[in-house]
Amino acid sequence: MKKKNIILLVIGAVILVAAFDAIFILDEKEQAIVTQFGKPVGDARVDPGPNVKIPFIQKVQFFDKRYLKWDGDPNQIPTADKKFIFVESYARWEITDPLQFFMRLRDETSGQSRLDDILDGETRNAVASHDLLEIVRSTNRTPEIHEEHLEELEELEEISVGRDKIEGEILRSANERVEDLGIRILDFRFKRLNYVDEVRERVFDRMISERERIADRFRSEGEGEASSIRGDKQRDLDEIMSEAERESETIRGRADAEASETYASAYDQNNASRDLYSFLRAMEALENSFDDKTSVILSTESELYRYLRSNNPD
Amino acid sequence: MTYRQEAEYYSRKIKRNARKIIVGIIVLAAVLTSAKTVGPEQEGVVITLGKYNRTVQPGLNFIIPFGIERMYKIPVQRQLKQEFGFRTEEPGVRTRYSEEDLKDESLMLTGDLNLGDVEWVVQYRIVDSYQYLFRVRDAEDALHDMSEAAMRKIVGDRTVNEVLTVGRQEVATEVEQLLQRMCDEYENGIRIDQIVLQDVNPPERVKPAFNEVNEARQERETLINRAQADYNRVIPRARGEAREMIQQAEGYAINRVNRATGQASRFSAIFDEYVNAPEVTRTRLYYETLESILPNINQKVIMDENNPNVLPLMNLDGDRITFEREDREDNQ
Repeated sequence: MKKKNIILLVIGAVILVAAFDAIFILDEKEQAIVTQFGKPVGDARVDPGPNVKIPFIQKVQFFDKRYLKWDGDPNQIPTADKKFIFVESYARWEITDPLQFFMRLRDETSGQSRLDDILDGETRNAVASHDLLEIVRSTNRTPEIHEEHLEELEELEEISVGRDKIEGEILRSANERVEDLGIRILDFRFKRLNYVDEVRERVFDRMISERERIADRFRSEGEGEASSIRGDKQRDLDEIMSEAERESETIRGRADAEASETYASAYDQNNASRDLYSFLRAMEALENSFDDKTSVILSTESELYRYLRSNNPD
Repeated sequence: MTYRQEAEYYSRKIKRNARKIIVGIIVLAAVLTSAKTVGPEQEGVVITLGKYNRTVQPGLNFIIPFGIERMYKIPVQRQLKQEFGFRTEEPGVRTRYSEEDLKDESLMLTGDLNLGDVEWVVQYRIVDSYQYLFRVRDAEDALHDMSEAAMRKIVGDRTVNEVLTVGRQEVATEVEQLLQRMCDEYENGIRIDQIVLQDVNPPERVKPAFNEVNEARQERETLINRAQADYNRVIPRARGEAREMIQQAEGYAINRVNRATGQASRFSAIFDEYVNAPEVTRTRLYYETLESILPNINQKVIMDENNPNVLPLMNLDGDRITFEREDREDNQ
């Protein structure tokens, strides 16, 4: 009785363990393949929830079902126009065929390393066969010009390919090469492009000299404008003053002429009026030319004083 | 009771109630692993044996215990953000920022092959927690890469000036759209709320040159304004002076004409008289004139023609003045 119980207990335990080993839980994030002595059997398991396999004989290999990240090593690559840049890229990929993936690559780590080889190689090829501008720019848009004098710096050179197409090209050729690996690359993008240090310094120098040129132009324009205003000032000043002078001289001249005419019409009537005028003018001149500092010597022969001698000098 | 007695008493009691205690522990564990509180800003994603089962709302929720069901809490109501080129270390009234050098993250090539230093923030929300959890591994990290790529792509299509000034808003908008498209493509369950451009600067070493341009522009304005001010100071005054000059001329003219008219009419009056009696009028005027002149004259010497040899010598105010008699040929 006791022995029988023990046997039953052992059998029960074995069945329990087997049942546990036969069931595996597949997470929503995962997919799996079942292997038998290292060889995959059946289809990939993609439905989340409890799954069944033959206990002990079959093993489960889990793979991620989500989009996975691939991060490129920052790579120093010369572009077609011989500019050295660091290119850092990333890609998203997924395991589309876990069976194939398992056979070719075994696990995710070797998958990443294979992607390194393929994508780094494709990146290098693509970058080396295009000018830097093609990698930086995507479209031929016209820049907005908003500040004077910066127009010449606001130019975007024409491109023929562009970043989008190059990324697409890399993605396409990389996908061709990973086709039989059970992988699909969802997208590939350049994350960072940067000049290597010595190139960067040169770019800084160029930017500085460009700006200085603009600054010089602003200054010289300011000086020029100021000079022109000063010129205007002098011109306007001269114009105003000379016009005023012209006008005032004209007014004076007219008045003088009018006065002369008035005088003439009064004085120049006949001989008598002319005589009277010269007499009056002489008198006036006399009156004006003597003052309290004048000394005169008068003879008694003079018309006035002759009466001093006698009341009848003649 | 001694300690030994006490221990014995309790161990007997535990043995007697062993079954009850075990059941109690199991029930407690069940309750603890079953009751889940979902916060007000969260939603709970429940998976049953690995398979997505349901999404539950905030409040107290129960799941099947003992690991049969599991719950992920996703803060769907909260606005999340990622920072680029800087890191907030301690948010607050005076937010502190990390001193860490993140130039690699913020320095980027512009479309004219210059460099710009762009710092920005991506504000986003998880709108689909299923996709967020199960479509992309490490969705946040992926978003970080995507944001960098999107920003560089958009900035790469603009000149450094555009990025620094007028293009700012446009850059933000376009990055937002591009990033949203990328999120949709990845099915990562994220909705981009906003891209906020923070500091957008020229690279540190180039900054002084950019400032110099602004200074030069100010300088130009100053020079022009100064010249303009000088013009404004001088020209209106000159206009005034010109008017004054003309007024003076007009004054002169009025004066001159009036005077002439006056003198002419005076002359005419005298002439009328003169025509009537020329000799008398003439003589009268002559003597009137002398009368008005002579009183004002300082020194008057009257010499008698009959004493021609006398030569008077006079001392006037210390000055020596010699009067010489002149010989007159035409004695009347």
